[in-house]
Amino acid sequence: MYKIAVMGDYDSIYGFAAIGLTTFPVTPGEEAVKTLRTVADSGYGIIYMTEELASSMKKEISRYADRLTPAIILIPGVKGNTGDGVQGVKNSVEQAVGSDILFGDDK
Amino acid sequence: MAGTQVNPTRMELTRLKRKLVTAVKGHRLLKDKRDELMREFLDLVRENMALRLKVEEGIKKANSNFVLAKAGMSEETLRTALMAPKQEINLNVDKKNVMSVDIPVFNYKTRTADENDIYSYGFAFTSGDLDGAVLSLADILPDMMKLAETEKACQLMAAEIEKTRRRVNALEHVIIPDTQKGIRYITMKLDENERSTQVRLMKVKDMVLKQAHNYS
Repeated sequence: MYKIAVMGDYDSIYGFAAIGLTTFPVTPGEEAVKTLRTVADSGYGIIYMTEELASSMKKEISRYADRLTPAIILIPGVKGNTGDGVQGVKNSVEQAVGSDILFGDDK
Repeated sequence: MAGTQVNPTRMELTRLKRKLVTAVKGHRLLKDKRDELMREFLDLVRENMALRLKVEEGIKKANSNFVLAKAGMSEETLRTALMAPKQEINLNVDKKNVMSVDIPVFNYKTRTADENDIYSYGFAFTSGDLDGAVLSLADILPDMMKLAETEKACQLMAAEIEKTRRRVNALEHVIIPDTQKGIRYITMKLDENERSTQVRLMKVKDMVLKQAHNYS
């Protein structure tokens, strides 16, 4: 049985605790990387992460890219949408097709 | 063939011919795999984008609701209210095989039977805005789960498509032409050897005849 984690700054994620997700308030840096590693290896199937936090540790996240779990999914934080999440989808199109033929026009 | 030396022997020829057959068969299969993966991927990625936009919109709304809720009450009250969550979500991960790519299927169960049992606080000390904020977040949870599923599937499939595409290209543009070149080289060489043997034999025959009967 897996659980679901949410990582990011406290203000962006505290609400998720109410609906039953486990929250890990962290600030970008060494500590966040350590937390991610522990969380990823302790039975969490999905990790929702704020875009802001994710952009500070892209390399760490890419280590989990080819594993079935955990799925690391970017969500916008309280400070607003940076567009990284949408960019991630575009990147996978680009990786698969060679160039972004689907969403190239918008934005 | 760039730099590789082929032994012009019949054994090598048979080996290369067999290799060519396998390569052509493999190329055809991989090409089919790539096409099918691509078809599935394009459907999935469209869904992924739609879900993502929806979820981001929903979270944005929920976040602004939470900011409002926070403004209406003290920080301590808010923290206390959300400190001990009542609800818990258990996630079940199955996997589905799509063209040899394992993609996850997420099913989730809430701990309490009533999914709407999300308010972990008494209503006395919190503002009504908080109820709305928590509800708005709970409403997008199913979409968030769906998003996690499709997005992970898209990532895994994109990686697999890239790999397959490379294999198809390598077979099509390197392995198959190289093998064909090798086969042509060996056949030529063997033919050439055969001709030279024939000529040598004729020459020897001439010399032998000349020696025996003294005519040319």
